[in-house]
Amino acid sequence: MGKYLKTSDTDWYKQRLIKVMICVAGAFFILLLRLFYLQVIQGQELRRLSENNCIRLQSTDPSRGMIFDRNGTLLVDNRPAFDLSIILKDAKPVDRTIEKLAKLIDVPVSELMKKLKHGKGVSSYKPILLKQDIGRDALAAVEVQKFDLPGIVVNVKARRHYINRQSAAHLIGYLSEINSDELKSGKYPECKGGDFIGKFGVEKVFEPFLKGKRGGRQVEVNVMGQVVKVLKTVDAQPGQNIYLTIDHILQEKAEALLEDVAGAVVAMDPETGNILVMASSPSFDQNAFVDGMSHKQWRSLISNPLRPMANKAIQGEYPPASTFKIITAIAGLEEGVIDGNTTMHCPGYYKYGNRIYRCWRRGGHGSVNILKALSQSCDVFFYQVGQKLGVDKLAFYAKACGLGSATGINLENEAGGLIPTASWKKRRTGIAWQGGETLSVAIGQSYDLATPLQMLVLTSALANGGTRYKPLILKSVKTADGDIVIQNKRQVIDKLPASKKTLAIVKKGLWEVVHNPKGTGRIAYIKGIDISGKTGTAQVVGRKNNPDLSEKDLPDHFKAHAWFVAYAPSVDPQIAVAVLVEHGEHGSSAAAPIAREIIRTYLEKDKYNGA
Amino acid sequence: MFDRRFVQYFDWGLLGLILLIGLLGLVTLYSAVTSATPTPQKTLYFKQMIWYCAGMTGMVFSFSINYKSLYRWSLAIYAVCILLLIYVLIMGKYIGGARRWLILGPVSIQPSELIKIAVIISLARYYSKHANPRGFTLSELLTPFMLTIIPFMLIVKQPDLGTAMVLVLIAGAMTVFVKIERRSLLCIITVCTITGPLVWFLLKGYQKKRILTFINPDRDPLGAGYHIIQSKIAIGSGMIFGKGFLKGTQNALSFLPEQHTDFIFSVLAEEWGFVGSVFILFLFLVLIIWGLNIAYKCRDPFGTILAVGATAMIFWQVFINVGMAMGLMPIVGVTLPFISYGGSSIVSIMICVGLLMSISMRRFLFE
Repeated sequence: MGKYLKTSDTDWYKQRLIKVMICVAGAFFILLLRLFYLQVIQGQELRRLSENNCIRLQSTDPSRGMIFDRNGTLLVDNRPAFDLSIILKDAKPVDRTIEKLAKLIDVPVSELMKKLKHGKGVSSYKPILLKQDIGRDALAAVEVQKFDLPGIVVNVKARRHYINRQSAAHLIGYLSEINSDELKSGKYPECKGGDFIGKFGVEKVFEPFLKGKRGGRQVEVNVMGQVVKVLKTVDAQPGQNIYLTIDHILQEKAEALLEDVAGAVVAMDPETGNILVMASSPSFDQNAFVDGMSHKQWRSLISNPLRPMANKAIQGEYPPASTFKIITAIAGLEEGVIDGNTTMHCPGYYKYGNRIYRCWRRGGHGSVNILKALSQSCDVFFYQVGQKLGVDKLAFYAKACGLGSATGINLENEAGGLIPTASWKKRRTGIAWQGGETLSVAIGQSYDLATPLQMLVLTSALANGGTRYKPLILKSVKTADGDIVIQNKRQVIDKLPASKKTLAIVKKGLWEVVHNPKGTGRIAYIKGIDISGKTGTAQVVGRKNNPDLSEKDLPDHFKAHAWFVAYAPSVDPQIAVAVLVEHGEHGSSAAAPIAREIIRTYLEKDKYNGA
Repeated sequence: MFDRRFVQYFDWGLLGLILLIGLLGLVTLYSAVTSATPTPQKTLYFKQMIWYCAGMTGMVFSFSINYKSLYRWSLAIYAVCILLLIYVLIMGKYIGGARRWLILGPVSIQPSELIKIAVIISLARYYSKHANPRGFTLSELLTPFMLTIIPFMLIVKQPDLGTAMVLVLIAGAMTVFVKIERRSLLCIITVCTITGPLVWFLLKGYQKKRILTFINPDRDPLGAGYHIIQSKIAIGSGMIFGKGFLKGTQNALSFLPEQHTDFIFSVLAEEWGFVGSVFILFLFLVLIIWGLNIAYKCRDPFGTILAVGATAMIFWQVFINVGMAMGLMPIVGVTLPFISYGGSSIVSIMICVGLLMSISMRRFLFE
């Protein structure tokens, strides 16, 4: 025989195969023993456990993380709610049980029956939800009659509770029941029907922090379906608590100021990008979403022309109007089209081609330099600057100042606004850019669109000396025990396209807006607080079609939107604000006072912080 | 081409045996899919019949080709299966959190089932070529190790731990069968005992937790631990004579997870009791001994080792599946041959049986 085995005639394989067969027989013997143990020795006991399917699994929901403001004021928490369910298998006879229950909790039998029908196809061992959030009285009645109500289970469930009704509703968002599309999407692997998930705002974006981890227990139940023994328990892990950057008192102040109008107020700390206020008016009641809304309620919310469901601070796109002059000024100074001393004459209109472009002030501003042009918002001055720059240069500076693209705030559906260029218009409409359109763009009209948040980031950058910080809404995340998980840090987006000298000139102009007796933002002046700002009045309908119509005669929805962007104190600023009031007519009258009050409240915060 | 001796030498006993097991499987599956509330999945039952037909075709195909030609084709078969595994990792359909399925028109197949057969053939070729009485040394075992570890990694990546485990066990059984040289064996054992704790030390907390849960399902009372309890209750409640056909209650409440695939033995044991369970285990034992007997009678090493491999595949799947249902083994997705629902599993097992038939029949045919 050689080195290798050539045929299996040798007994070698046969001997080994005998051993293999013995091993196999041994393995089967082990299986047989186990089978004997389970079915014969333990059979009786296991049969008993199987009769009523006694061993069941109950899940326990984690408590969702709470939401606080920057100072630790509680904004959102959970309250206990009592839900009634029925387990069909235990509830024999079902009809009588339902009738009794209906009487106790004062709900028509038909409504409960409808729920039952809805739950058809569910295993008879799984609870079907009959009524959510029954009051304490109904709960007491059910608990007393417990033994007459077989198969009826009361579950205590934590319900989301928004403490300050309607306050910061757009920022915080809301929870509501997961729908079938979301269940199927695979994005919520741990969720089951009936769970609540964040659907909007912070509740949605920070869902992973807030939700926690489900626990459960193995229990043994009796014939009535009542738990007789808890076999094993896995504790639910509570969600993490979230601290927002907003200041609750300032937020409520902003909401009070916006009470009767549609619009938005956003404010941030110019040195960090922390959002201090984000208010959008009108607002909505978040608790209504948790309690479940009727179709009618929902329809009236989404068909309201004042758009209560839109967060106007980040989703509202408006012509920036005269607030855009900040950008035109920067562009003009940087490109050398003007300097600090350039003067132009404003007769109240500007003739371009064969068309007349009006200044907002019919009588004109006379001789105007950049400071006067900013403080009195002279259109004619900026028409000429814009005309010299051309639309594409203007667009370049506007984009470098953050307009035309979303700021990247950690919220969904942020709008990007619009900054037109010549090629954009050609692409979009097929018509070449007209020189006259540049004039409109230079004063923030025509195609220009910006969100209040974009204008706020720009204003903040101006205030802090030229750095654009990313707007932040999350201050920190802490565990239920208070350990810090995440602490936010300021994030630079980029720098404004402006030299120190340019910034100094523009900032001086904005200071004059409020401090010069003729400044358009004079109304924002407060003794002792040094505010700088810029007004804006965004036309909704072109003035050219009906030049003689006075603003006062326009119907409400054609009235101009009012803007005011501001920061204070002018040196070493602590807060920047952007205010937009829809159809508020004039930035000076409708928006500036709101910004003033926000700044006053914030800078005098030591008073309310109990100093 | 048709030879009368095919009829004469055909292994009718083996065919009868698998038909009997298959029939019992269909009956059990019928119970598993019909009494499962809320929605009886009767279509699964008909699908399974179609898969049986496909399996029969696979069986006829694999016994009609001369197993000796597989010796030459082994590398090509192996390569194709590996390519399919890679393809499925990249392009496969994502079902239930894993990429296992390859969609071919109306059917979906799992290449991981086919690779088991490819590995068996490749190892049989290598071992039969190099077999010697002193056994295989470490360096000689490098090739078989590579042949196994490549598909193993690909299957783990899917992830399909059960199939990966079965693959290693089959390869291990074949290797032990052809003998490992004594010093090499000692060396392997020493290395394993030293590196085991070392690897454990390097694992992260959650990985350790996962492995511990895998070994001891009680650590996860809401998941695997609960399944095991339900499965044990189902089996035990069958007692000696069972609850009777379609009378199983645990199954009817769909408390058992995957009752038509991984936990089908629980359904069977509940309805047919100790008597029925022992009977089905006995049939499996006969089948496995039958396969080993084919290896025993075969006169060339390739055929012998191939038969051992094919039998090992059946053995491990039966042992792991039944052991798991009774709480003896970690919970892994391994199907019970001929009984669990699942197309690829039926087809691959039938191909194995076809190989055994081919080997059995051709021991009489001399070239």
